[in-house]
Amino acid sequence: MKKISQRLQRFTKEDLVRAAAVYAVIVFLLVFLVFPLATLFVKAFQDKDGVFVGLAHFAEYFTSRSMVYSISNTFVISIWSTVISVTLAFFYAYALSRKNVPAKSFFRYVGMVPIFAPTMLLGIALIYLFGNQGILTSLGLEIPLYGKVGIIISESIYCFPAATTILMVAFSAADNRLYEAAETMGTSALRKMVTITIPNVKYGLINAIFVSFTYSFTDFGAPSVVGGNYNVLATDVYKQVVGQQNFNMGAVVGIILLFPAILSFIVDWFTNKKQSAAINSKSVPYQIKPHRASDIAATVFCIIVALAMILFFAVALFASLIKLWPYNLTFTLDNYNLSEAGSGSGLTAFKNSILISLVSAFLGTLITFIGAYIIEKTQQKFRISRKIAYFLSITPLAIPGTVVGLSFIMFFNASAFNIPFTQYAVLNPLHGIYGTIWIIVFANLIHFYSVPFSTATTALKRLDKEFETVSESLSVPFYRTFAKVTVPLCFPAICEMWVYFFVNSLVTVSAVVFLYSPTAPITSVMIVSMQGAGQTAPAAAMCMLLLFINLIVRLLYEALSHALKKREKKLKV
Amino acid sequence: MSVSLKIENVSKVYDKNIALNHVNLDVQAGEFVCLLGPSGCGKSTLLRLIAGLDSPTEGKIYIGDRDVTGLPPSRRNFGIMFQSYALFPNLTAYENVAYGLRNKKMRNSDIETRVNRLFDMIKLSNAKNRLPSQMSGGEQQRVALARALATEPDFLLLDEPLSALDAKVRLTLRREICKIQRELNLTTIMVTHDQDEALTMADRIVVMNKAVIMQSGTPEQIYENPENPFVADFIGSINFINAKEGAPYGLVKGETAAIRPEKIQITRSEQEGSLKGTIQDIEFRGFYDRVTVGLSHVVHGDIALAVDVPFQTAKTMRFRTGKNVYLVIPREEVLQFETA
Repeated sequence: MKKISQRLQRFTKEDLVRAAAVYAVIVFLLVFLVFPLATLFVKAFQDKDGVFVGLAHFAEYFTSRSMVYSISNTFVISIWSTVISVTLAFFYAYALSRKNVPAKSFFRYVGMVPIFAPTMLLGIALIYLFGNQGILTSLGLEIPLYGKVGIIISESIYCFPAATTILMVAFSAADNRLYEAAETMGTSALRKMVTITIPNVKYGLINAIFVSFTYSFTDFGAPSVVGGNYNVLATDVYKQVVGQQNFNMGAVVGIILLFPAILSFIVDWFTNKKQSAAINSKSVPYQIKPHRASDIAATVFCIIVALAMILFFAVALFASLIKLWPYNLTFTLDNYNLSEAGSGSGLTAFKNSILISLVSAFLGTLITFIGAYIIEKTQQKFRISRKIAYFLSITPLAIPGTVVGLSFIMFFNASAFNIPFTQYAVLNPLHGIYGTIWIIVFANLIHFYSVPFSTATTALKRLDKEFETVSESLSVPFYRTFAKVTVPLCFPAICEMWVYFFVNSLVTVSAVVFLYSPTAPITSVMIVSMQGAGQTAPAAAMCMLLLFINLIVRLLYEALSHALKKREKKLKV
Repeated sequence: MSVSLKIENVSKVYDKNIALNHVNLDVQAGEFVCLLGPSGCGKSTLLRLIAGLDSPTEGKIYIGDRDVTGLPPSRRNFGIMFQSYALFPNLTAYENVAYGLRNKKMRNSDIETRVNRLFDMIKLSNAKNRLPSQMSGGEQQRVALARALATEPDFLLLDEPLSALDAKVRLTLRREICKIQRELNLTTIMVTHDQDEALTMADRIVVMNKAVIMQSGTPEQIYENPENPFVADFIGSINFINAKEGAPYGLVKGETAAIRPEKIQITRSEQEGSLKGTIQDIEFRGFYDRVTVGLSHVVHGDIALAVDVPFQTAKTMRFRTGKNVYLVIPREEVLQFETA
């Protein structure tokens, strides 16, 4: 008895709250991440009636000529897109972080714009530029747009912002002392590049390559618009699952889609081990020295990239504002008429999209921040549970949206699950969210979970780890310190997480294209079907509408974070 | 109210690394104890165990006569100060100090009275409404002390509280912490790796190395009568004379003898029982010179001894490298150790 009461004394009410939070995060990720993925894996080895068929589907897949074409097509476009986007991003990021280029923040923002628009927008702009009746086509600049080339151009632009961001971070983490040491020895610029700069950004470069490859390997939006008959895995899986209701074959493709992510996880694992911090407390930030020729070259390069970027969006805007290209060029706002769009469901779809993005942003920020807090700031207790929660929290990073969507449809569509090797089945209590906007919300939460989670973790790591100790010594419960100190200090990061969830939820198609239902339409998916039905101008208008909203949200965030930075400077945290 | 603490046979093992190895320690009510040792000796681990931030692998911890082993920190009633101050950056100095009281269902007026009294005590009454970032390191650490004292803790834990401060501020704050500690008669345990800090502040120093306590005693005891070569070497400077290498006649009874540099007398002329040597090196150390004197053929071989000479004396005696000097080693100042 004495022992039990001693044990109970050790366990405080606060521990109960902590335990509840840790297990809530684990259960959430189990239900919405692990179970759906497990269903996907199981489905790949079963026939339509749930009988185990081993590798039969895989064999069928790899012997089907059209399927093998898709795979090789996917590799071709991914490799090309990666090479193009990473090369451009490398020089763009280098110019912006290591050269005297004017108006840097302008160039930085222009380079980021593709993030805020659905990928279909790039495809539509391409059609207006290079399509059969495109602006540049009529000027005599003909390229075989539909198919490989169109996809590669769209994906290259689509991957550019992420690659640029990663490389900017890598370039900015330089130690000027190395360059000064090299200069005192009279090292040439080329040799400095090869011996200091490239090795320094090596891991950033590897990371950028994998991110771009995974993006283009799994993206659905661009191929659906400019792909033509050029089949890739992401469009294949859509046809299999949504077109032919062949879930088992869809599952096989889903597993193949995981390939680059798994590869990058493995590479990341190895490089992370070797990666030592490029900078430490003694490092000196890089000093940009004026060098006329290369500064001009860098500026010209940035201008060309930015102009190309602006051209795409200007063309899409133009497309959305004219009556009927190329026959009737009068300006009109008709295409923006929501009640006309999507054969009458436009307004509902738009409202749904905004609602879904808001709910995803609020819920997502709440869950990821609390999750990161409990994992990061609990000392000594629940070690194993916290490790599990951490692992589950970073896993979504490796799961492409297409696979999230696929696994969701397979898991939530089932009204019951057979327990393997028995005759029993369990009812699926979550079947009810199928066909509602909630399934899309949860898909967004999972799809975009890892990045805000890392943002929160980084912000929390910056706070003195003794805050929690101090409040414990004062017998102040941790949730009070969480509310009074942690949240106010992490508020900038929280806003950033919110914006990330909102912006991405608004434009994503790859996950939700499997999940939306006619009763709950959403704009991004509606754009795909409008485009498919030849309503290109209204589709462009819808793309621009989403882009505008995202830009407004982003600008509000920038204004807020500017104000917060002023405050933060005062607090010097 | 002040309490005693008792550490009974406590061990802590982290993944096979032994951080504490069967440590026993009694702290009297109102006593100021310094845990002193090199990094990795286990002193911080011991502090964390006392705070309840970690639980011991073995052994028991008592506050007064209450067994608190395994109890969470919130049930131990202590105040704590860290090297990093750990003030909440978004709260004013006043709100930081009041932080622990806001939770205690106290009347606002009572909180105010107590917090104001604490600000008087740390002499920062004019800085109540400042944010931590608007205060110097020393001021912040005083606020941290006030915050730790606000909830009227039974004992105080200080984790290298002065290490992040400038040398001058450190000296002032040392005195202030000691003064407040004595006024409140508050049991206090401080972790430090700075021997000066330990020698000036503590009632008792506990020297630790490699997960065990090497010696525990008053600062004078630790300095004058170190029980083993580690303590002798860690606190202050000392010459070790190994019997095998050679030692002046009759100095070494066990295997090793030791003498502090300032205890050796140095002259230019030979005296009774003095040893002749040659100056090998002179190091200027401010108010004194450290003179290294080589003694050749002492019993078995050559040895070198460091001797501290007040700067003025060294100047008048006109010491130069290579000159001959004579050393007198007072027998009663020589420490004897069984093993080195």
